[in-house]
Amino acid sequence: MANPAIKVEDVSIRFNLSKEKTDSLKEYVIKFLKREIKYDEFWALKNISFELQKGERLGILGLNGAGKSTLLKIIAGVYKPSVGTVERHGRIAPLLELGAGFDMQYTGKENVYLYGSVLGLNRDFLASKYDEIVEFSGLKKFMDVPMKNYSSGMRARLGFAIATVVNPDILILDEVLAVGDSKFRKKSENRVMEMFGKGVTVLFVSHSLEQVRSLCNKAMILENGQMIAYGDTEKVARVYKMKTE
Amino acid sequence: MKKVFAGFMRYRYLLAELVKKGIKLKYRRSYLGLIWTLIEPLLTMIVLTIVFGTLLGKGDKTFPVYVLTGRLLYSMFASGTRSAMKAIRTNSAMIKKVYVPKYLYPLSEVLFNYVIFLLSLIVLVAVALVLGVYPTWYLLQAVVPLFTLLLMSLGVGMFLATYAVFFRDLEYLWSVALMLIMYTCAIFYYPETLLKSRYYFILRYNPLYCVIDNFRSAIYGSPMNLHNTLFALGFSIVMLMIGFGVFYKEQDKFVLYI
Repeated sequence: MANPAIKVEDVSIRFNLSKEKTDSLKEYVIKFLKREIKYDEFWALKNISFELQKGERLGILGLNGAGKSTLLKIIAGVYKPSVGTVERHGRIAPLLELGAGFDMQYTGKENVYLYGSVLGLNRDFLASKYDEIVEFSGLKKFMDVPMKNYSSGMRARLGFAIATVVNPDILILDEVLAVGDSKFRKKSENRVMEMFGKGVTVLFVSHSLEQVRSLCNKAMILENGQMIAYGDTEKVARVYKMKTE
Repeated sequence: MKKVFAGFMRYRYLLAELVKKGIKLKYRRSYLGLIWTLIEPLLTMIVLTIVFGTLLGKGDKTFPVYVLTGRLLYSMFASGTRSAMKAIRTNSAMIKKVYVPKYLYPLSEVLFNYVIFLLSLIVLVAVALVLGVYPTWYLLQAVVPLFTLLLMSLGVGMFLATYAVFFRDLEYLWSVALMLIMYTCAIFYYPETLLKSRYYFILRYNPLYCVIDNFRSAIYGSPMNLHNTLFALGFSIVMLMIGFGVFYKEQDKFVLYI
């Protein structure tokens, strides 16, 4: 194959759903002595394999709890799969729950540098792009205000502006196109489209078949952690329609 | 190993940002700000001198210097390990959403406490000069205990950070342990009596006391004790290996527990 941007091979992940989480030492010792530490195993994902070439855009469909977000987090590197391997080539911009790396006591400006470095960007680069970020978020007046006084929409806007300032090779989207007010949504959609035009590889989670159809050229359906359909968007869309009707 | 190094180079800006954040936020919204790093140890020194020097009748003029050296090093160890221990939990929002090498969090906590500690050494310089404890060539030795202290705090901090994720109780247990460590480090009493008694091992095999004692030698101008140096350094290196070892082994499970 030419140059895969993402290669997911036989990935499974197991969570332990212990009924009461043992997080006190006493409990643990007692349970250990009684040999009561049993976990209810739960496989959130089972045997997922696929490969995305550079520039392909994959839409991930499925009901709540099907494992969509878990899959994105594995690809982003937040979770480590219990079995299997993930290969990624290039810079990833995870637009997952934007602004999760913000510090509430920090001002907007300080957070630009903090969150930017969380995403692996360096200080000089951020300094050169600082005006662009502020401009795009439209929060110029609030950059010296502590983040705790921001509304959640403002946080998401700043988060989006920082995460997309660099041109990523791989873009991970978890329904973030619904960020902020309609004006900002338009702006952020435009920016994502612009990246699409530059040949970015996209992973996109959505409940909306329409969105997936218009944005993606490949799709996948997850059900209870299993991949039940994978291929061209139109083919998968027919399966999805059948399932949801 | 090569991969770890590459990761570190990529995220070194984040480490710098996290250290800076710790320092900036520690004193934000207090009027005196960073000056507190100087005032706070000075005030504690005065209290300890009054209680243990004046009231208990120790006539030594340089007693404040003695108290201050012990107290500064101890509080670096205490606050460094304590905040490293909580690092994973306080950064859980980030850990759950973005991939970042996780050791950066406890590492940055120890480092920012160390920077604050180094700044607070200015007080020691001032107090020592005022009370007539002048620097000698032996002062250069101070590098060794200071470096050992960093390694020790980091090793212990990484170890605690790992297990505090799974057992929240550790945070309470460690406060008690720290109190015990404080009383067994000869911070505000002279060690001679204890060293001559049959309980001498409490000091001799207390790595933090060894560091403090060596640091005092450097300040007061006498050669370092070889046993202290080797024991403290050996302990720190072993602890560092254990700390990073368990952290590396358990780190993939963190996200499931926070």
